[in-house]
Amino acid sequence: MTTVISVPPSLDEHTFEHVIEQLANTPEGSKILLDARHARWASPYGLTALLCVAQSRSERIGFAVPEHPDTVSYWSRTGFFRHAAELYDLHGSVPRSREAHESDVLLEITPITKSDDVHGVVGRIQQKAADILHGQLNLETAVTGSFGMALSESCQNIVEHAGLGGWVAVQTYKYTRRLGRRVVVIAVCDAGVGFRKSLESSPGHRQKDRWDDAMALEDAVLRAVSRFRHGDAGRGQGLAGIRRFVGRWHGKLTVRSGTARIGIVPEWDEDMPMTEGLPYFPGAQMQIIIPERVGEAPARTRSSATSATSARGRSRF
Amino acid sequence: MHIDVGTVLRGTVCDLYSNLVTRPTGAAVRTAIERQVTEIGAPVVTTIDFSQVNLLDFSCADEIVAKLLLRYTSDGGPQGFLTFRGIHDGHIDPIETVLERHALALVSWHEGEAELFGYVDDHERDHWIVVRDEGPVTAEAVAQRLGVAMAFAEEQLERLFRRRLVMRRDDGYAVPGVVHGSAGPLPGNGQGVQ
Repeated sequence: MTTVISVPPSLDEHTFEHVIEQLANTPEGSKILLDARHARWASPYGLTALLCVAQSRSERIGFAVPEHPDTVSYWSRTGFFRHAAELYDLHGSVPRSREAHESDVLLEITPITKSDDVHGVVGRIQQKAADILHGQLNLETAVTGSFGMALSESCQNIVEHAGLGGWVAVQTYKYTRRLGRRVVVIAVCDAGVGFRKSLESSPGHRQKDRWDDAMALEDAVLRAVSRFRHGDAGRGQGLAGIRRFVGRWHGKLTVRSGTARIGIVPEWDEDMPMTEGLPYFPGAQMQIIIPERVGEAPARTRSSATSATSARGRSRF
Repeated sequence: MHIDVGTVLRGTVCDLYSNLVTRPTGAAVRTAIERQVTEIGAPVVTTIDFSQVNLLDFSCADEIVAKLLLRYTSDGGPQGFLTFRGIHDGHIDPIETVLERHALALVSWHEGEAELFGYVDDHERDHWIVVRDEGPVTAEAVAQRLGVAMAFAEEQLERLFRRRLVMRRDDGYAVPGVVHGSAGPLPGNGQGVQ
């Protein structure tokens, strides 16, 4: 008997939880069909996380592709079906894969398995990201470098911690429902070991009275703890840097791992800072949203360590 | 000695790369820099030039900037001083982040003027600025300039020296990279950069 798991018509980080709930109720070894026939829209998070679903099960899963031609065309342009064809048994008509030339697809879905992939992603996206961040989202030019850093560090988390290849995608679109503005979205998802197990593998890890996925996420995202931190004080700065980047540009960061989800939530959103007791899903799924700027530029926080007259650097003594 | 990090990156890791990203890349570049310094035999001042580097992430900033500085400031580390140049605005955040993480500071040259980045307290900063602006300068002159006791100024300057943020010279203290009395052409504010 085949268990049919429905993909919601609009697939984002919240509605993806419905997919996980259904999956969690399906025993390992069951025959599964992921039914996306009625899907109409998916965020980069939704698409990359769908690829992780296939990686999360030992048995090969069936996948019924969206019926609406616009949806299937758009998913195709994001590169989704090219990767899905290797992971799923696809059912339905899929257009021949082609390069993404859409201006809203900054980076089509790209596998990340090694450090070279990170170089490729960062190098490929740079000019297009600069055009969109500065030109369309009205952000200062300084955002481009920080954006590249955030992208690099989030992808490196897969290489260094997941133990299994993952996926990255970057898109820009109008975030009508919550914000009414354009946003750029980075989604980085894997179905690897997840934060809790990664931190547990550190020689310096000490089991606390309470230790679970939520605590692991707090350690990694809020306290910059890394499994490599033992013996190397410089580790763990990537997520801290992403958090700072998101804060500076009034963005949103969410990371789901295992049964918990942590959020750095801006004033324009009403998401929860921490959600626990979610149905288990392996690995880590991260989303970064940077919104279009309206009004004045944010105050520049950099001042120099050298003197009050210089504008470079920041003082933090 | 001048080391162009962009050249080291392309010569060591991949000739197509212009971004310093990922920890293995940073480690490879740092190792190549250390090899160059060892082969030549730690010169008085080594300048690490980032001007050909487009993007620098936290991992590479930690592997290159922080770990080189940690090596230089550790007991038994190489003789001499490290200075930096070509640090553009996009590099500052990752560099300052790793400096603060390790309680380090560095001297960087930008448009002919020395800058101090990283973890320094107010006294260290005040003393360093006097040395930058008036060096080579004696501890006595620094004490007078800041209106502090001579012993206090000496203590601060020695701390800066141990952190490799100022050099000791016969005629007092100077910021690494400054050439005074040179017959050659000097950029910026009458101060040369090695």
